[in-house]
Amino acid sequence: MRAASTNTSSAFVGLDMGSSRSKVVVIDQSGRLLGHAVRKSGIDFSKTARLCLDTALAMAGAEFGDIAHAIATGYGRGNVGFVTDANKTEIGCLARGGHHFFPEAITVIDIGGQDNKVIKVGAEGQRLGFKMNRKCAAGTGAFLEEMSARLDVSLEEMNDLARAAREMIKLGSYCTVFSATEVLESIRHGKPVSDIVKGIFYSMIRRVLEMDSLTERVVMTGGVVEHNVYMVEMTAEIIGRSVLLCEHPQLVGAMGAALYARDEHLSASAATETQSNRGE
Amino acid sequence: MAEQSMRRKIRATELMNKIMSDYFYGLHEAATTGKRKVAWCTSVGPAELLRAMGFAVHFPENHGAMLGSTRMSTEFIPVANASGYSPDICSYLTADIGSWMKKITPLTKAYPGIDSVPKPDVLVYNTNQCRDVQDWFSWYSKELGVPAIGISSPKNVNEVTEGQIDDVTRQIEALIPTLEGITGNKLDMDRLRDTVALSKECSELWRKVLETAMASPSPLTFFDGTIQMGPAVCLRGTQEAIDYYKVLLAELEERIDAGVAAVEGESLRIYWEGMPVWGRLRQNSELFATLRTTVLASTYCSSWIFPSFDAKDPIRSMAKAYLELFIVRSDAYKEQYIKGMLEKYRIDGIIYHDAKTCPYNSNNRYGLPQRVEAATGIPSLVLSGDLNDLRCVSDEQTKTNIVAFVEQLQERK
Ligand code: SF4
Repeated sequence: MRAASTNTSSAFVGLDMGSSRSKVVVIDQSGRLLGHAVRKSGIDFSKTARLCLDTALAMAGAEFGDIAHAIATGYGRGNVGFVTDANKTEIGCLARGGHHFFPEAITVIDIGGQDNKVIKVGAEGQRLGFKMNRKCAAGTGAFLEEMSARLDVSLEEMNDLARAAREMIKLGSYCTVFSATEVLESIRHGKPVSDIVKGIFYSMIRRVLEMDSLTERVVMTGGVVEHNVYMVEMTAEIIGRSVLLCEHPQLVGAMGAALYARDEHLSASAATETQSNRGE
Repeated sequence: MAEQSMRRKIRATELMNKIMSDYFYGLHEAATTGKRKVAWCTSVGPAELLRAMGFAVHFPENHGAMLGSTRMSTEFIPVANASGYSPDICSYLTADIGSWMKKITPLTKAYPGIDSVPKPDVLVYNTNQCRDVQDWFSWYSKELGVPAIGISSPKNVNEVTEGQIDDVTRQIEALIPTLEGITGNKLDMDRLRDTVALSKECSELWRKVLETAMASPSPLTFFDGTIQMGPAVCLRGTQEAIDYYKVLLAELEERIDAGVAAVEGESLRIYWEGMPVWGRLRQNSELFATLRTTVLASTYCSSWIFPSFDAKDPIRSMAKAYLELFIVRSDAYKEQYIKGMLEKYRIDGIIYHDAKTCPYNSNNRYGLPQRVEAATGIPSLVLSGDLNDLRCVSDEQTKTNIVAFVEQLQERK
């Protein structure tokens, strides 16, 4: 038997190289999260991945040499120099990660930097279908960033602002540019920023909910909801039932990649073992 | 290179290129010498009639597809947009009209000496596919001062009725005097019968070609089909098309006998519903090949199969064939048709191409994918894109969608 397959200190790494943020997790064989890191992806995916990995490994108390297997996913998955296994899509990894935290039939709603995804997963973890948003950025993290710039409030402030709103402005458009015009219109009319931010949250949720129907249990993932929990509460209110959230919604895709890395490593080890047993 | 080798080239293509080249030079000669009159015709317009009357026939949609596959469309669509033709309407139309305005055509590069699409003496449309073709031909009619005549077809047809066939028959007949006026000759009914017989034979052979994809592994992909359909589109009603498809069919049958796959290691079989993305044919074909997935059957390529052509009753059978076209039919019919195709070709998954500028060929917009999936259990994916307007295509999104879909299908196996 290969040492790595039994050694519980073996680390499995998942890298989710998103268009906006890179997320890296380190897990052990039991799927326990040992370390993690998130950074802006920037223009050098490989460098960002390495910086994230170093942070996550340090947090896990592990070293590069402890990595038994690593899988990269996401937009920049092909650009991580030190990882050759980049065959899993972020959709597959979100489904895998989502089902790991909530092992039942679920719909995963992921609000990402550039795109949104609605993924249906069966009770056994099998993927039943998925939808990605169309070309426009409306409803994505990029939309929120654009609006934060327009309103001159930081992304970090938005959650509390929305929560403090008394009323909510209405944004009717599909389009990021048109929505921006509507926001300007509200500013011109002297609407409080908090009401505008709440309206922005609401419109983002609407854009996502119109992508597909939802099954009974809904899980939300992605950096936008991790930093804006109020958006999750609003979603629950709109759909009329609770929304499931794991501890680190932004890391779900990277977790999925790490779990795939672990599974692939274990099945490869098992196959090697069977072969060598046959050889004997 | 590795990706390339996973897709197998079809030998007969060389012969097809020769036939298509003869066709385009023939058109050019007709237009420049005036020896034969030139008619422009929509893809399922009355080409049989035009050919029987001695016209050299040009298909602007074919030119549109050439503009798309050479990606010259990206240069010309904005020109038509700026002149008032919206980016939301048919991008064959906008690419073609823009290319005319700029006086540049992909034909020049492909066929040295040809500097323009052949100037028409008459423009003949059939709105069985869409209304855009009528607007398209009307533009040229004004621009060139030539008549645009045609057939106004019923749409959303469930079962084709005798009344509808009567109507279209009369409309085809009504075209004849104008066409006779242009050629100066009477229509020869025997020649029309012969032409319809040739079209029928071409259509039958094309059907057999496409049906070779029923084999596992398939010897043919949808992407091959979009290239190989050239003669079925431009030369139906001629002996050349028939001769070509006999050669192609023999090669594909040879592949089946030898167990040769179009995509090495075929592990999944996909149905394509909708238009090709002409400017991404190669990328898409390569991507699927690396995923060991064969896109092997489509509504699009199958739309040039016309079972109803009948030399004994040429005009009426033409009317029937033009009405039976998938694009003319109701959603209820389309649903049945697609289900039949999924079964016939033992399909693992279906991809709907939502082409931004062609609602008529984007059958995902009225809940059809959901209905078909619920009835068959076969997963579906909708890809947002366009036939010719690459401004509507996101390569990264397309890739992620396709790879994730293949992952999903593989998990089910
Ligand atoms: S059917 Fe679609 S692609 Fe064809 S001519 Fe009409 S609008 Fe254009």
